[in-house]
Amino acid sequence: MELRVAAHKQLGTFSLDVDFTIEGERIGIFGPSGGGKSTLVGLITGLLHPDRGIVVIDGEPIFDRERGVNVPVEHRRIGMVFQRPHLFPHLSVKGNLLYGFRRCSHRHRRITLDHVVEVLQIGHLLDRGVKNLSGGEKQRVAIGRAVLSNPRMLAMDEPLSALDDSLKFQIIPFLKNVCETFTIPYLFISHSLTEMRVMTDRVLCVTAGRVEAQTTGEQLARDATGDYASAYMNLIRLKGPRRVDDMYGYPWGEGELLISGVSGAEEALFEVSSADIMLFKRHPEAISARNLLRCRVSEIFNAGGRIGVGLECGDERLVALVVKRTLRELDIREGTEIYAAIKATAFRRLG
Amino acid sequence: MPLFSHSDYLAILLSLKVAVVATLVSLPFGFAVAYLMTFRRFPGKVGLDVIVNLPLTLPPVVVGYLLLLLLGQQGPIGKWLLQPLGIKLIFTWKAAVIGTAVVGFPLMVRSIRTGMETIDRRLVEASRTLGARWFDTVMTVIVPLSVRGIIAGSILMFARGLGEFGATIIVAGNIPGVTQTIPLAIYDYVSSPGGDVMAMALCLVSISISVVVLVFHEWLSRRMVRAD
Repeated sequence: MELRVAAHKQLGTFSLDVDFTIEGERIGIFGPSGGGKSTLVGLITGLLHPDRGIVVIDGEPIFDRERGVNVPVEHRRIGMVFQRPHLFPHLSVKGNLLYGFRRCSHRHRRITLDHVVEVLQIGHLLDRGVKNLSGGEKQRVAIGRAVLSNPRMLAMDEPLSALDDSLKFQIIPFLKNVCETFTIPYLFISHSLTEMRVMTDRVLCVTAGRVEAQTTGEQLARDATGDYASAYMNLIRLKGPRRVDDMYGYPWGEGELLISGVSGAEEALFEVSSADIMLFKRHPEAISARNLLRCRVSEIFNAGGRIGVGLECGDERLVALVVKRTLRELDIREGTEIYAAIKATAFRRLG
Repeated sequence: MPLFSHSDYLAILLSLKVAVVATLVSLPFGFAVAYLMTFRRFPGKVGLDVIVNLPLTLPPVVVGYLLLLLLGQQGPIGKWLLQPLGIKLIFTWKAAVIGTAVVGFPLMVRSIRTGMETIDRRLVEASRTLGARWFDTVMTVIVPLSVRGIIAGSILMFARGLGEFGATIIVAGNIPGVTQTIPLAIYDYVSSPGGDVMAMALCLVSISISVVVLVFHEWLSRRMVRAD
């Protein structure tokens, strides 16, 4: 999908002024609250109209003030997932799911109810009203409703920020799964760095009504690394654990990662802070950390006054954060072999 | 219980008829105005709001008199629109309907608006992004979600219509069997000697109808709450 927006919109004292072209199937729009992310999405979906400018999707102009083009919202075929589910309270789950499907012309009907119900696992809810569903169920139905309208793309405006952390990472697999299964490109709007890294390939940074940069989630995370609290987080997706004493061992790279204090879910996403990874020049004799990984230094980059060390362990990658002096004393350079130690307790499960 | 005369029965029936017809005729307009006031921004919105609510503050007699000037044989609408079409409104039951409708209109609009204002705008936006045209959204999202306001507004207007006096007596007159409604009949009985008993009897009828309407409204509201 290629998205081109060159537009100006004044809303009270706030003005949005953007001019960009971005390409990709998984596009993120990142920035602080009140920076204009939602306004930008409004211009793309057609819920707002630019004061001047153009909006073009895959070469098709859907808004062009000068040429008088303004495809109405209902014909833009951009499915919306909002921060809250906003299900129609007077309709059943099934009625909600089919609302967009019934209004979609036959030639666009590619995705069917049965298929979506299966992917989102909401079959048992179909005949129920929407008021007594749990938060996660509601958001799944909302996603299903948008997907079933067979849109050309989805626009998700902070779809996870109203959910608590554990629920958030339960929904993410559904969201990814549904978009991959039905090959729907999407715009993902969020102020969460982690969500950007998990959900998107290309990221547009929007601040104070302007596009600041076009980058990737990975790069954003590295740039944001300043103090400990915002240290770069390694995101690791693991599956197929085995029980090892009071821990779980997940296959990773050429070996195994030992993680404690988790339930041993079949597949899960973990984060481990780059500040929690210790580096050793030689193999240490005895160490409390349960994970000692032999890796190769693939890159060294500046991370807000400290140094990020990119590590390659088999096919996998990690980033460790060190101070300049460490770099000097351990003589760490690109290509050096090194040992990285991570405590089994340093992993935090996200979902 | 005194036996009602033929014209008393007609007055009771006419009261019901006028209130029902005025309510039904006003409903689409009331809904449209409430929709505009709630969901749209347009120049002259304040003006429309004032005009719609004016009958609420004006004495009904004034409303009736203005309607008489407007619809009468010499009035602009009467002369240029109604006469050429051969329509006579003044001093017919239809004029009573118009008077009742105008006086009750603000009550209906207010109730529907109250219902509409509780609708989450995001639902309207969601419906549009799901492919619904504007009118489709109105019929499948706004109407069902403001149905309580619509019912409350209709019942309020119906109840108000049963009691309409001031505007009716001016535009429709007080012709027994033709334009005489319950309040007008009561007025006649009260102002004629020995009519007290009949006036009281018609009052009882009026009270009974009101009680039935209010109980019906209460029952309907409870049923809807339970359906939620």
